[in-house]
Amino acid sequence: MTHIPTDSAPDIPAAKVASSSAPLQLSEEHHLCPGCGHPVAWRLLLEVISELELERRAIGVVGHGCYTNIVRLADVDFLQCLHGRAPAVATGVKRVQPQAAVFTLQGDGDMASEGLQEVLHAAGRGERITCIMLNNGVFGDTGGQMTAATVVGQRTKTSLDGRDPASHGHPIPVADLVARLPGSVYVARGAVNNAGSIARTKRYLRRAFELQMEGAGFGLVEVLTMCPTGWFVATPEGPDYLEDRFEPTFPVGELKTA
Amino acid sequence: MSTIVTRGTVVIGVERCKGCELCIPACRPGVLEMSSEVNRSGYRYPLLRPGCTACRACHAVCPDYVFEVYKFDEPVATEIRDSPGSEQ
Repeated sequence: MTHIPTDSAPDIPAAKVASSSAPLQLSEEHHLCPGCGHPVAWRLLLEVISELELERRAIGVVGHGCYTNIVRLADVDFLQCLHGRAPAVATGVKRVQPQAAVFTLQGDGDMASEGLQEVLHAAGRGERITCIMLNNGVFGDTGGQMTAATVVGQRTKTSLDGRDPASHGHPIPVADLVARLPGSVYVARGAVNNAGSIARTKRYLRRAFELQMEGAGFGLVEVLTMCPTGWFVATPEGPDYLEDRFEPTFPVGELKTA
Repeated sequence: MSTIVTRGTVVIGVERCKGCELCIPACRPGVLEMSSEVNRSGYRYPLLRPGCTACRACHAVCPDYVFEVYKFDEPVATEIRDSPGSEQ
C-alpha cells in the first residue's frame, strides 16, 4: 500500500486548517509520557485564551505536577506556588489585578489531595477566577501514587491491588463539591479521550473564562486526562480506560451553568 | 482497481512522535497506520494512506503536537490497486 509523503505541505492548492502549535505556544517539545492527556488540555487552554483575546491579560497560577511544564511552553504569564495553594494565590492576583484573566492549572493530586480547602474556600468566597483541574487519578510527577481522586479499583504505585475503599477510602469528586457552593457560577467536567470530548471540553473552558471576564464569579473546569504510565496500561488503551473507569465516578458534562 | 477520494492531507512531525497510537482509532476515515520503522527516539510513528478528509481528529487527540492539517481546494481522486486496507 502506497503511503502519502507527509514531510512537507502539499504542493497543490490547499488551506491549512490546523497548525501543530497552538496560539501562544513557544515550543512543541515536552517530556511528558507517550499517551498523556495533559498536552491536549494545554492546547485547549491556549486556544481559548487566544480566541477570547486574553493574551495580554491572562495570568496562570500553577501547582506542582507534570502539567506544570506548560510554563515553559506557553507565552503566558505564570506563577508557581506551593502544592495545592493555587486558588489562594490566584485570589490575591485577581484582587490586585481585577482586569486580568486569572486561572489556576492544577492536577487532582494538587487540588484534591494537597489543597482541597483552597479550592473550596475560593469557591465559597465567590472569587472571580477560573480553576482548572486536570484529573488523571494519580500523582504522576512523583511516580504515580494514589490521590484523593483515584477511582475505586484503580491500580497506582501505592494501591497496587486497586484502590480499596475499606483501606484507602473513597474518591472525592471536587467538581461536585464546588457545584454545591453558592459562590460558584460555572462548574463543568470534560475529558480529552476522544475528539468529541476534546471539543466539548474546549467549550467548557471558553464558557468559564467568558463568565470570569463578565465578573460573574468562581468557575471550575475539571478535565479527565489519560495517564497510561500511572495506570499501568498501554497507551492505546488510555482513552477507553478513562471512559470505563473514570467516567462512572466522575460523569462528564456541565454541573452548574450561569 | 478502486478510486479513493482524498480531501486533505497532514504533515507529520515524525521526530516528535512518541508512538502512543492515539491517532490511529481517532482517524475517522481510518487512513493512518503505524510504521514498522522507528524515529530517532525509537518510536514507531503514523503513516498516511489516501483518503484523508482533513477532519482534524488526529490533530485534536495528539499529545505531541505532531499533526498539521491541510484541506485541498479541490478533492483528489486516487486510483488504488486493491490491497489490504484500501477497501471501504
